[in-house]
Amino acid sequence: MTIVKAEKEAALELALSGRLDTTTAPDLEKTLKESLDGVRELTLDFQSLDYISSAGLRVLLAAQKQMNKQGSMKIVHVGETIMEIFEVTGFMDILTLE
Amino acid sequence: MKELKLEAAVAHLDKVLAFIDEELGAAGCPMKTQMQIDVVVEEVFVNVASYAYAPGTGDAAVAVELSNAPAGVTITVSDSGRPYNPLARQDPDITLPIEQREIGGLGVLMTKKLMDEVAYEYRDSQNILTLKKSW
Repeated sequence: MTIVKAEKEAALELALSGRLDTTTAPDLEKTLKESLDGVRELTLDFQSLDYISSAGLRVLLAAQKQMNKQGSMKIVHVGETIMEIFEVTGFMDILTLE
Repeated sequence: MKELKLEAAVAHLDKVLAFIDEELGAAGCPMKTQMQIDVVVEEVFVNVASYAYAPGTGDAAVAVELSNAPAGVTITVSDSGRPYNPLARQDPDITLPIEQREIGGLGVLMTKKLMDEVAYEYRDSQNILTLKKSW
């Protein structure tokens, strides 16, 4: 997985590509931990993300909980296969998808 | 039937998924279904790697059997670790507000929902989890 980071004032956008799985989820967790200080708007771009497992969901849940305290988080360009993972796990209801 | 036997270690996840993807790709499995199967195999294998032999190590075997009419696959994941039925775990409540949501159990929930059939048995000192999916 690769993470492309774009920052503008209090807005942070992370574009993910590849697979967000047990092996790569710690990379996203680390990037978020290093970057979220002072961020009020977090956008995750899933345009080029092919795959997500529960290890990835765990990181998304933690990020959403943190952003609820300090601002907002949205996920954009979610494809059909990842959308189904969000549906069966009830993540549709707790994430903001655009 | 093809089988991959290897040490049950999280570091070997990529090998397991590459093995599954090669078999499914050759069988014409649609990409979306292949991803769903990968997600489930990842959950199952990572669980075995994390808990079956902890704190020691041991082997796991992943077997793939393809079928025609209907096109589909039966995957079994087996280990000789401590007896454990992952399907007996209670499903998490996925209607709770976000503050009360926890990640535990989501892997098993996805396993049940994304596969057509899932079965566990303990036989000959082995945990055997059977996953079936048609496309």
